[in-house]
Amino acid sequence: MAIIDQAPDAPDAATLERIEHRWLDAPGIPGFFTTVDHKRIGVRYIYTSFVFFFLAGLAALVMRDQLASSNNNVLAPETYNALFTLHGTTMIFLFNTPVLAGFGNYLVPLQIGSRDMAFPRLNAFSYWVFLFAGLLLYSSVVVGHPPDGGWFAYVPLTDKAYSPAINIDFWGLAIIFVGISTTAGAINFIVTIFKMRAPGMTFNRMPVFVWSMLVFSFMVIFAVPAVTIAAALLEFDRLFGTAFYTPGAGGSALLYQHLFWFWGHPEVYILFVPATGMVSMMVAVFSRRVLAGYVWIVTSLVSVGFISFGVWVHHMFATGLPALALAFFAGVSLLITIPSGVQFFAWIATMWKGTVELTVPMLFTVGFLLIFLLGGITGVMVSILPFDWAVTDSYFVVAHLHYVLNGAVVFPIFGALYYWLPKMTGRMLSERLGKVSFWVMFVGFNLTFFPMHILGIIGMPRRVWTYSNGLGWDTLNLIVSLGSVLFGLGTGITLLNWAISLRRGRPAPANPWDADSLEWAVASPPPEYNFAQIPVVSSRHPLWDDDGAPAAVPVLADAAEGRDPSVRSLALEGAADKTTTITSGRDTRPFEVLEIPEQTVVPFVLALGLAAFFAGLLIEATVVGVLGVAIAVAALLRWVWRTDMDRA
Amino acid sequence: MTSFAVPTTKRSYSTAWWGMAALIATESMVFTVLLGGYFFLRASALQWPPGGIAGPELRLSLPFSFLLWGSSIPIFYAEAAIRRGSQRGLRIGLFVSAVMGAGFLAFTLEDFHDVTFGWRDNAYGSMFYVIVGLHALHVFAGLGMNVLVEIKAWQGKFRADCYTSVEVLSLYWHFVDAVWIFVFLSLFVSETWR
Repeated sequence: MAIIDQAPDAPDAATLERIEHRWLDAPGIPGFFTTVDHKRIGVRYIYTSFVFFFLAGLAALVMRDQLASSNNNVLAPETYNALFTLHGTTMIFLFNTPVLAGFGNYLVPLQIGSRDMAFPRLNAFSYWVFLFAGLLLYSSVVVGHPPDGGWFAYVPLTDKAYSPAINIDFWGLAIIFVGISTTAGAINFIVTIFKMRAPGMTFNRMPVFVWSMLVFSFMVIFAVPAVTIAAALLEFDRLFGTAFYTPGAGGSALLYQHLFWFWGHPEVYILFVPATGMVSMMVAVFSRRVLAGYVWIVTSLVSVGFISFGVWVHHMFATGLPALALAFFAGVSLLITIPSGVQFFAWIATMWKGTVELTVPMLFTVGFLLIFLLGGITGVMVSILPFDWAVTDSYFVVAHLHYVLNGAVVFPIFGALYYWLPKMTGRMLSERLGKVSFWVMFVGFNLTFFPMHILGIIGMPRRVWTYSNGLGWDTLNLIVSLGSVLFGLGTGITLLNWAISLRRGRPAPANPWDADSLEWAVASPPPEYNFAQIPVVSSRHPLWDDDGAPAAVPVLADAAEGRDPSVRSLALEGAADKTTTITSGRDTRPFEVLEIPEQTVVPFVLALGLAAFFAGLLIEATVVGVLGVAIAVAALLRWVWRTDMDRA
Repeated sequence: MTSFAVPTTKRSYSTAWWGMAALIATESMVFTVLLGGYFFLRASALQWPPGGIAGPELRLSLPFSFLLWGSSIPIFYAEAAIRRGSQRGLRIGLFVSAVMGAGFLAFTLEDFHDVTFGWRDNAYGSMFYVIVGLHALHVFAGLGMNVLVEIKAWQGKFRADCYTSVEVLSLYWHFVDAVWIFVFLSLFVSETWR
């Protein structure tokens, strides 16, 4: 019989210091390369992806400078091609996906009441691979051969015959490489969420953000192989002369599009689902009530995950496929509005029944709702075949995709920055600067992307580096360009706010927002071990009591005396031994003890070996490639050999 | 103060097993996508294989396929043995399966040597080499894991109640065998019997 202690006594400072000492990373540079702490890795993901966000945003601003007036020649056409390729590729692969993975890395173990991820070293490996893949892609800029085939790199344009230089190879190899990172991360999330939840946190008590990361991860492991294969076959064709995409030798250019979009459409929702998970968390907290329709929202997330695998052909409506196929995919594309709509109304209901507090995170959330509404409506429009045929490859599509991928993903991410950065850095951001940033971004966003709808309808095609005057496009393009400057300025204010808060921000209390999920039960920033005692969860809102008033998180008072080691690992001793509890998947009973691995350089070396392998392929230097494989195999062997998974 | 019982259970798979299961899910997708691509090209071709070249033969591939599928049996045996606590059974099972897997791998290399087309000749050849080659790479990885587990088995690291590595290896091994059912039916059998 175990006792749940409703108001646990705080462990004394000496004990906590002893525990912390066990967990602290080695200082300085060695500690930097060897850490396996999910919080350090999560923060690193976020910082790195914001560097890429900055670069891709800069590319967009330069493009808008070129397009601000007709017959402009600020940029050469080749440079323009490279810029839009880098902009799209970076935003999708090196900003949106990894920044969400970064938030997931940081927040998932805290929200489920664990001391780390299931595979901490794999987590470090995912980060290093992401970093090296980004560096691989951007080294193309340094050597002056940036990829220029568009972010989806359609063949035959990207075949060796039409793009003989090394440019496209940077793209293809970086895409394969970064896929390893995303996949490893997703596997880690799945196992963490299945096996590391604190006792009592059954599936129906999981925070919606954790649900969204679970759906994200399942979508990743089933979708990413398609883009990896698409890029791999492209590279086989380019580097070794195979014939996958060569029509004359039995290959097919259409195959590439199928492979690419079989990943590409789920990918849109891979980004959107965690963003909505963040929205669900923030909407409830800042409406000061529980989320309306938790079950409906979770069901919607899961069904979006499934349905999104059946809509990819709507990116290929204009490729001359059979009418029956088109009708099917148009139908499924309309179907996906249902779960999205359910979520939308659940958020509105939450706000309606609650008391809305317009903090900066909530402003971004409400801004998201408005933008997502417009993006959703244009989504319905382009899923209707005749309409799509009329606007395909025009700026209407550019407008739609930015409303959903920029507005409906980046706005929640910015809200999440204001909401969760205090937890990560221990410093509050300025509300005043945040409000300014929001309004500048919101106005700038709509000035940038709304006129693009009109430009598309009156005929301006995508991916043109300039246009003649007299077409009636000049004024709108100028508005778009001015809007983009405003939008860039708005994001800049948040980045500035972030930088200022690091130096001068008000210290953040443990729970600055009176929120309900477990990450707010620990100090800001959390101690290395997250939870000295692993909490026992008895409701969907562990930090709220039945009336929504703050409640202390209960723990098992006599866990230290438990018969089973897994029960003892819940207690202080578990933290002191640098362990965490593995629970059984469904009913979250303590089941096993996970020893958190010590710091190790092996994940870094493995990622480095893979980077050398890809670099070897890129420059067609066998020695480098073989050396990379040798390093990777050596690192892998050491990793496997040092892992003692066979304990009773 | 509330009180309730916290029973513990051992009837659940380890995190390593779940990690392997998730890896297998994504790997299955890799093969699904490749075979999907293969059938897409085949369905849209006027002549298949293009250029009237001869497809692979069943004379050797059929018995060696059965050798690979059969290698799952000693793995089952090894797992059952260590569950009873039999070190000898574990070692023998692992060893026999490794030999059978290596035999299949040797056949694949020989087969690449025997076929009359190269991977640059046409899309069919490209698909054949990449899919069969990728599967062979998986067999090779399985062999590597088998050797590692085997070394631990000889060191006597496993007991009746602790053999997670064996479980993880077994899951992967069966997966690689199962993939070959689909690859073999698609690239060998359906090419021959039409």
